[in-house]
Amino acid sequence: MKSATEETGGAAAPLLSVRDLCVTYRSDAGPVTALDRLSFDLRAGETLSIVGESGSGKSAASLAVMGLLPRNAVAEGSVRFRGQELLDLPDREMRAVRGRRIAMVFQDALAALNPMMTVGAQLAEAVSVHDPSVSRAELRERAVELLDLVGIPDPRTRAGQYPHELSGGMRQRVMIATGIANEPDVLIADEPTTALDVTVQAQVLDVLARVQDRTKSAILLITHDLGVVAGLADRVLVLYCGQKMEEAPVEPLFYQPAHPYTRGLLAALPRIDRGTRRLAQIAGQPPSPTNRPTGCPFRNRCPHAEDQCAESPRPVPVGDGHITACLRAREIASVTP
Amino acid sequence: MTQPTALPAPPPPVSVPPTAPGDPRISRVVLSRFLRHRLAVASLIVLVLLAVCCFGAAWIAPYPRNAQNLLEASQPPSGTHWLGTDSIGRDYLSEMFYAGQLSLAIGLGVALLATLVGTAAGAVAGYLGGWPDEVIMRVADLFLIVPPVAVLAVSLQGLGPSPLTIVVVLSGLGWTLIARVVRSRVIQLRHQEFVEAARVIGASGPRIVVRHLLPNLTGLIVVNVSLSVAMAIILESTVSFLGYGVQPPKSSWGNMLTQAAGLIGTSQSYLLYVPGLAILVTVLAVNFLGDGLRDALDPRGRQR
Repeated sequence: MKSATEETGGAAAPLLSVRDLCVTYRSDAGPVTALDRLSFDLRAGETLSIVGESGSGKSAASLAVMGLLPRNAVAEGSVRFRGQELLDLPDREMRAVRGRRIAMVFQDALAALNPMMTVGAQLAEAVSVHDPSVSRAELRERAVELLDLVGIPDPRTRAGQYPHELSGGMRQRVMIATGIANEPDVLIADEPTTALDVTVQAQVLDVLARVQDRTKSAILLITHDLGVVAGLADRVLVLYCGQKMEEAPVEPLFYQPAHPYTRGLLAALPRIDRGTRRLAQIAGQPPSPTNRPTGCPFRNRCPHAEDQCAESPRPVPVGDGHITACLRAREIASVTP
Repeated sequence: MTQPTALPAPPPPVSVPPTAPGDPRISRVVLSRFLRHRLAVASLIVLVLLAVCCFGAAWIAPYPRNAQNLLEASQPPSGTHWLGTDSIGRDYLSEMFYAGQLSLAIGLGVALLATLVGTAAGAVAGYLGGWPDEVIMRVADLFLIVPPVAVLAVSLQGLGPSPLTIVVVLSGLGWTLIARVVRSRVIQLRHQEFVEAARVIGASGPRIVVRHLLPNLTGLIVVNVSLSVAMAIILESTVSFLGYGVQPPKSSWGNMLTQAAGLIGTSQSYLLYVPGLAILVTVLAVNFLGDGLRDALDPRGRQR
């Protein structure tokens, strides 16, 4: 691989480095900005969670990294994987990265598995696409091994079954198994638990954590569920209207949130220690994606907004690895939520 | 177990195939599902019998091809000629077997060629979209709007009425149907997440089409093959009946019909029924067979 020479930074250099990533969709109503100058780093073995509500650009970020944006979308900026720029990589080379170095787990496993192929055949394909030399028998063994790894009982029988014969939780495990089939460096999990029951969610998250232990993959966890974040992530990035609002290690984010939006999200969570009162909500609606305001996108819903917020706030560091895009971040951080 | 002896024996378990649902030998599961489809199995037997009789006519038919015996012309069915003889003294049963060779070959040839071409064109158009889609589908429209019998008659006049011409022309007319159906299904499937997921694991476009999309079209393709076999046999019969198709001394079921048509109103009008029935049985059997195959090949069709 030609990036080998650039791979000199050692452990400190990020595996995946996204800089000023902008994603714009063309639409009849004019260009729609899905991501606005998003930057983040993902280091080997860590779990970074991207949190945001629907339409905040979470999925656009994962699709841009995978090079799978639809034809009517344009990505600008830079996505570097081990120093290699992915955005302008020709499709042929990008295919060698996809599934092997960077893999992805989808939200709806039933839709993401081919109904006409057995589970084992799909796992085998994930391997053989990248290494056609593996024999059929080896592929079969590898599929069984992967199913076993994600905690599917009786993997040998299950490998011969079709997706519709498995339960929702098992299908999601199969999805994870296809994701890790080639022990990728980065595993993007796009809402991996949203379609599942709460009890099954916990099991699937547990599988993700165990798998990460074993493969040492970095996980990019995309979710709107802060409960999932707390359980699995090392660091959190909060997206709103395609912009980064706050980025912090998981503990400071939950205990000293410095952005009003993050505070609003946390306040909206049900808490076991606060009794059964009405849940808080953030007043107002996110601005329309075709007509984004200048300055801070959250300003029309923000209880702390001032006139200066009409200018774009620069991300300011408020703690160790804790960055917040708010003019009054320090002020807000000093108040306990 | 303590079961009172007075109770009748428990009913036998509902006939579940012995193979467990997770049996890796999938072909066995498919087979057992196919065998449960009685009509399809019967149709398969009928078709195999017909094919053996027609293509093995040299050994099976009681009389050699075109053997005339003018002294025994226009005879009713008898012990020596089971279906009687035609006006120039040929054994009708033997003639039907030999004629079936052409009819079946044309039917199968057209079905396979048209489905192959149509599926490929439809899949490419549906998967790529954009201008390849436009070009392929407009060409298909062009083929769709021409009246098939007229085109067939004219091109057979021009190219000579060889069976090969019939197959090529009929396929040329027939591929558009399957192409349109395959295209619309591929467009529908293309946006499904499992196709995206295949792209995520690094699969290339051709691989996605062949490994992920086409298997999802099995039902469509099988049904189309059976429909086109039937359509081709009927069209060939029509054209031969009109006198443009297979020419004597070669015979197909269609041109046997033509010859027997002259006998309507005579005591021998039953000769019309023999090739007519052969066509009917073949077409029906092929359709039932297609039905059974489609059900057997769909993994979700297991519980019924």
